[in-house]
Amino acid sequence: MNAPTAVKYAPLVPGPVVLDEEVDARAAWSAVVAAGDVLTIVDLEGNQAVDCLLYSAADTGVRYSASETIARQGGIVLTTGSVLRADTGAALMTVVGDEVGVHDTLGGACSKESNTLRYGQHTRAQHGCMENFLLEGSRHGLGAKDLASNINWFMNVPVDPDGALGIVDGLSAPGKRVALRADVDALVLVSNCPQVNNPCNAFNPTPVRMIVTRPGEAA
Amino acid sequence: MTSHVRDSHHSEHPDTATTAGAKAHARAQHGRTADVMRHVPATSSPTAPDGVPAAGLVWSETVAPGGYTTAVLARGTRIRLTDVDGDACAHLLIHRADGPHERLNVADTVKVPWQAYLGKGHPLLSGFGRLLATVVADTSGRHDALAGTTTRDGNHARYGAGAPESASPAGRELLLLAALKNGLGPRDLPPTPSLFKGVRVDSDGRFEWQGSAGAGTHVDLLLHVDAIVSLANTAHPLDPRPEFTCSALRMHAWPAAGDLDLLISGDLVGPLRPEHRQAAANTDADLIARGVL
Repeated sequence: MNAPTAVKYAPLVPGPVVLDEEVDARAAWSAVVAAGDVLTIVDLEGNQAVDCLLYSAADTGVRYSASETIARQGGIVLTTGSVLRADTGAALMTVVGDEVGVHDTLGGACSKESNTLRYGQHTRAQHGCMENFLLEGSRHGLGAKDLASNINWFMNVPVDPDGALGIVDGLSAPGKRVALRADVDALVLVSNCPQVNNPCNAFNPTPVRMIVTRPGEAA
Repeated sequence: MTSHVRDSHHSEHPDTATTAGAKAHARAQHGRTADVMRHVPATSSPTAPDGVPAAGLVWSETVAPGGYTTAVLARGTRIRLTDVDGDACAHLLIHRADGPHERLNVADTVKVPWQAYLGKGHPLLSGFGRLLATVVADTSGRHDALAGTTTRDGNHARYGAGAPESASPAGRELLLLAALKNGLGPRDLPPTPSLFKGVRVDSDGRFEWQGSAGAGTHVDLLLHVDAIVSLANTAHPLDPRPEFTCSALRMHAWPAAGDLDLLISGDLVGPLRPEHRQAAANTDADLIARGVL
């Protein structure tokens, strides 16, 4: 179903490439991005939610906090300039480039268990982001209590005046990119979202590309 | 100088120079009351809510501004939180008592019911597709599930201090203490909702501060599982007032297992939405499988 990735995508922030990996549709991924390096995430085929958690690599007890991040910036939209903060308030990463303009951090991760609430018991068997987070996190010594409200790159979750909120059609498109600069050595945990019951992946999970550059050094 | 201090000490507490005197001095303090305290046993509470006999209470406490409490409470317990003077802000954390890795998940709590603003009838969900509690009464309507609580560094920058023993304690420090009292730690603190201070999201996604609905409002929670309920009563992170502002929070709890049946039948808060019904069913199925129900 997924077309092969013929196009070579460039990092959003130039510099020597220290990592360039494709994440299969529905798969997990993780890496430590060194302080100062920039991670570019490429939405290869468009409208692919990339669920993401961040930790200080030096102390994974210091983890991304959606609430601290949006309280400190005064609003719910993640885009260029958003400082992605830990629950201590410390900066973990900063969004330094964004070709979409809106990313979500309210909606959390999908799971087999929450699928039963949202779509019915028959969806429990489907793969979910919590599975990816748990298994990939376990490679770094993390467990269930280390998971908290995450970021959803390329996902669109508006809040209506009456408080109604939901995942609606995405604003991304093939090749759109978002770039994150690490403010500390940051462990980045990703689930390339496998959800097929709502528009977060345009009902069709697709691969994404992860490119880490080191802007401080000459290319 | 030293003798002066000793003299003044002696004149204030003339009997504490010996163990016998110190013991008598300590024991003479029993039976006193304070504006902020937990009443033990709860049935001795002088603050029972209207219509709730003190004889039925399992918890009665007035939490100080800048204070916290934590209680392990049974399924079917109804908890009433009261903003006595209009400036309480109750930062709420719920862990499942028999498996605390299962805990309140604010993302699922707003996403699954398709509603960002907490109010009567809102399910409080864990990250495992189960119902921890339901908001079964709400006379305030001013709450927040998005902006979380305050940090030590943040309160230090805002007010000059954020330590729990300071005059402007951070919510995260207080909730960490509550977690530690239950054998939990920093990894057990996810983002938390808060009650009695309203926050809304405008059409640009910016936060709008609503603040308090006034003195005397209350919120009732009904527990669907045995739970560790932790509360920090401290100023909201988006509170725009330059001075740290917080007032007392009252917590009462009593057994109300019959309310669980009324909730499911639609006779407590009206008909449940399908997501809420399914979450209750998942919880009940888990307890039935364990032999608890």
